[in-house]
Amino acid sequence: MTLNTDWAVRWIKGSAAVVSEHRVELITLDREIGDGDHGENLDRGFSAVLPKLDDLPTDASPGDALKLVATTLISTVGGAAGPLYGTAYLKAAGAVAGQAELDGAALVAMLTAARDGIVLRGKAEAGDKTMVDAWTPAVDAAAKGLAAGLDEAAILDAAASAAEAGARATEPLVARKGRASYLGERAIGHRDPGAQSSALLLRVAADAAAGA
Amino acid sequence: MKKLINDPRRVVEEAVAGFEAAHGDLVAVSHDPIYITRKDAPRQGKVALVSGGGSGHEPLHGGFVGFGMLDAAVPGPVFTSPTPDPILAATKAVDGGAGVLHIVKNYTGDVLNFETAADLAAADGIDVQTVIVDDDVAVKDSLYTAGRRGVAGTVLVEKIAGAAAERGDDLAAVAAIATRVNSVTRSMGVALTPCVVPHAGEPSFVLADDEIEIGIGIHGEPGRERIKIEPADAIVDRILAPILDDLPFASGDKVLLFVNGLGGTPQVELYIVFRRAAEALAERGITVSRTLVGNFVTSLEMQGMSITVMKLDDELEQLWDAPVDTAALRWGR
Repeated sequence: MTLNTDWAVRWIKGSAAVVSEHRVELITLDREIGDGDHGENLDRGFSAVLPKLDDLPTDASPGDALKLVATTLISTVGGAAGPLYGTAYLKAAGAVAGQAELDGAALVAMLTAARDGIVLRGKAEAGDKTMVDAWTPAVDAAAKGLAAGLDEAAILDAAASAAEAGARATEPLVARKGRASYLGERAIGHRDPGAQSSALLLRVAADAAAGA
Repeated sequence: MKKLINDPRRVVEEAVAGFEAAHGDLVAVSHDPIYITRKDAPRQGKVALVSGGGSGHEPLHGGFVGFGMLDAAVPGPVFTSPTPDPILAATKAVDGGAGVLHIVKNYTGDVLNFETAADLAAADGIDVQTVIVDDDVAVKDSLYTAGRRGVAGTVLVEKIAGAAAERGDDLAAVAAIATRVNSVTRSMGVALTPCVVPHAGEPSFVLADDEIEIGIGIHGEPGRERIKIEPADAIVDRILAPILDDLPFASGDKVLLFVNGLGGTPQVELYIVFRRAAEALAERGITVSRTLVGNFVTSLEMQGMSITVMKLDDELEQLWDAPVDTAALRWGR
């Protein structure tokens, strides 16, 4: 079944809940190799999105909901995560603009646009120990799922699993972008907090589709 | 960890309210979104300077708003860059028609948020140029890092670019002066203790009682190495050498020597550091012609200090000496 605005809203509400639940975990990961504000900043951003969902018009598309997330995160999160996630949601919204229902192809286009937005803003590549290391395997897995004929929920599940594996795979890496890059080899053994939050958000997207 | 706070989530807004109450003669404060401007902003025909970044480094940046320095400062949450909205609002509030210079410390978050704000300001017809400060020699500037960090040298950039704007330089000239200051300024710091971000409530890193971190960043990011504590003179020599070798500074140069406290180190220790740093420069035939000692770019309650050396020429010296009237730097007026 295709994904509609109800799915997008469930994803967004679930994102706020999961970020709040994992706030301390993300702060701790970030304190180890960054500056310890990632969980705090994302929690502030998604908390600010929730009340705005009530203002979404009844005929809003999934893209409209994602655009609301984008503008709110850009104006509330700060740090590097604000512009990076903000750009991701903005590009995702643009990729599916005007579509009331997203099929598998639209979903893959949306995830790809989000990843490309992060790469464009942050100028990071795969293997730099950043959010990109969760997003790129997720996009690849989604594309593979689409080609194999999976339905939308299964595509998202595959993307989320790949993002989780990607986040775990940042642990042995030396960071080449962001604040962790100053640590050199001392970043080895720590998971990238941005990759971890990306995996959490993609898992919520999959759960929201599975519950549909 | 004991702190003089009421609510970790209200640290910045309460501090800014206090800053306004204390320095209302110099500045005006916008509370939503949060930014601080010169009381007499916008000054028609003068290039405006806007800086900002995470809070927790006070007096940077709000303490440097006023005549001869910044037109606006945009404080973000503690150790977190402000979002584009307040940066844009501050930029608009101080633009006097001659354009706005953004002075940005080189951290990914600050750079991205200021970049977004500059794009939005340009769309509104405001001429914005940006200078990135990256004076910290502790980290490598290479393809494999986000580049050098901006630390205490930011104060020198803000002071000298502010003086250039005050004397009537146009935007390109003020940006060029700011870039020149950054290019002749090198810094490095050392931490004796970590700091505690209010909303995290835990130290940002752990140092044993007898350990110090050489090359510390102003958010507690690690630097080059962790060693056992040494006498002050040995620590000064250890961080001064990479600073001087980097530019490099040479015999016959005249410099500004800036010893900056990170928040938890008493002045008496900063002067012990200054004493050795000045002596070491003299040994190398480098003349210290201007000085600055105190807590200017801090890292909350961290114990430690940084040393900054700026190579001076006659013009930079004159601009440094030009009058300034801010909460944290004030002379000549």
